Amino acid sequence: MSAPAATVAALAKGLAAGDFSSVELTRSYLDRIQAAQPGLNAFITVTAEAALAEAAAADAARAAGKAGALTGVPLAHKDIFCTEGVLTTCGSKMLANFVSPYDATVVSGLRRSGTVMLGKLNMDEFAMGSSNETSYFGPVCNPWNVAMVPGGSSGGSAAAVAARLVPAATATDTGGSIRQPAALCGVTGIKPTYGRVSRYGMIAFASSLDQAGLITVSAEDAALLLGPMSGFDPKDSTSVESPVPDYTRTLGDSLEGMTIGIVKEFFDKGLDADCESRIRDAMRVYEKLGATFREVSCPNLPLSVPTYYVVAPAECSSNLARFDGVRFGYRCESPKNLTDLYMRSRGEGFGAEVKRRIMTGTYVLSAGYYDAYYLKAQRVRQLISADFARAFSEVDLLLGPTSPTPAFAIGAKSDDPITMYLNDIYTIGANLAGLPGMSLPCGFVGGLPVGLQLIGPHFSEARMLNAAHRYQLETDWHLQLPAAFA
Amino acid sequence: MSLTRADIENIARLARLQLTEAEIPVYVDSLSRIFAFVGELDRAPTTGISPMAHPLPGLAQRLRADAVSETDHRDLYQQNAPKVEAGLYVVPKVIE
Repeated sequence: MSAPAATVAALAKGLAAGDFSSVELTRSYLDRIQAAQPGLNAFITVTAEAALAEAAAADAARAAGKAGALTGVPLAHKDIFCTEGVLTTCGSKMLANFVSPYDATVVSGLRRSGTVMLGKLNMDEFAMGSSNETSYFGPVCNPWNVAMVPGGSSGGSAAAVAARLVPAATATDTGGSIRQPAALCGVTGIKPTYGRVSRYGMIAFASSLDQAGLITVSAEDAALLLGPMSGFDPKDSTSVESPVPDYTRTLGDSLEGMTIGIVKEFFDKGLDADCESRIRDAMRVYEKLGATFREVSCPNLPLSVPTYYVVAPAECSSNLARFDGVRFGYRCESPKNLTDLYMRSRGEGFGAEVKRRIMTGTYVLSAGYYDAYYLKAQRVRQLISADFARAFSEVDLLLGPTSPTPAFAIGAKSDDPITMYLNDIYTIGANLAGLPGMSLPCGFVGGLPVGLQLIGPHFSEARMLNAAHRYQLETDWHLQLPAAFA
Repeated sequence: MSLTRADIENIARLARLQLTEAEIPVYVDSLSRIFAFVGELDRAPTTGISPMAHPLPGLAQRLRADAVSETDHRDLYQQNAPKVEAGLYVVPKVIE
């Protein structure tokens, strides 16, 4: 069985045809995970025993004629999603012993569709990072070059899919945490519209920005998995009541007559020249497919990183106030009094970047600074949103780079937070405006993958997946494998 | 914008974070740089622009009926607590 090169679509077909069983498939992925774990550190927890039991149940369901499209397909979850009875750490010492009493809606949705969970994937602590170096469980390595970062915060998800340790993985994106690691690892990533996928059971970082999505080999695979994850959930007060289309139905639609916007501000001086030429190559593919291009301007977009670094830390400082050393999570040794218990449990339980963001957020929300920082940033956010709305009155989708450079070396940017934050300069805008975005592999620079970003209007996932799929029918960048994992 | 050691100590106290002696100068430096960086926002003209309250236009936070929707899971939830006794969460003495 050729597990390494397989897509979810091909595996589902093989399972349906009886070419292999889910138990066989699951076992082959568990073997790959075990062999790669010391080198990549993509997993925090591998649930081998439970996975084989779920696979056996999937095979039994199929034998009983009760199989769905995804029955028996293995996948893994970012360790930000609560999984009943399984360690859920969010990459933090704070939750290093937390066994979730319930499943996130994303997890239960994919479970109901018959998928098999292989384990929980490494990530930046509380999803705060762009390199997977802030994880309490150690950095993840990029399968294309293990001296390089895989991107973050969903670094484990991206590295695992790139090395084909899993055919697909869930992930989350608050400022680029799906798209940037997908770009750096040469895989496909989709961040849906804010509110499309329930945030229930997804450990909160910045609630007005967080959105769950997927990292997969192909856009077709993302279309197959997004449906069961999506839809209205009364348990998430920001979940949107809007019907979920069958994303696979329109994948093959023609792109004839599609107008794609090129955002002038995405091609600034910060963009690596070789990366830019890969993006220009991709534009020629889209021209061949019948799309036309128009330059658009989003003049406030360059302010998206400073806007984000007020709004996201503010929400993080509120959300992470729940970690108090009393009800769950880490507690310091022999606290002198209640204040000491709070302060030392949090001081010892959180890592350096999480503390930096909590303090940044605490400051911008504190008396005398709220108007100057927080309200100001929410006003600029309105301007950035309006820029996108104006662009989408003229074009169907926006196209640009996902990240200014290919993967950088582990340790290269960890001393300077601002340099690290600027990795997300092209991705943050979509989060601030609640828009869906994707990253697709579009070539290599110096042996490292480059990502092409698509951004669409609210709830345009079907059109975006269609545009991505048509591109992937013309190219095979998404099917390339790192030599060490071929 | 430059923050002082006293500023960082005050922010850490508000955020209930115990910092080590070695951490304080690191945060004095990095938070000063972050606030200089976000200071760029001052350039944006925002007179008459209302602050964004929801990422999707026209939507507001949904409310639910004030009705009981959960059953009692106390024992299950307390399995994750650092210290419990007789169904209660145990913390250091609050009143001397």
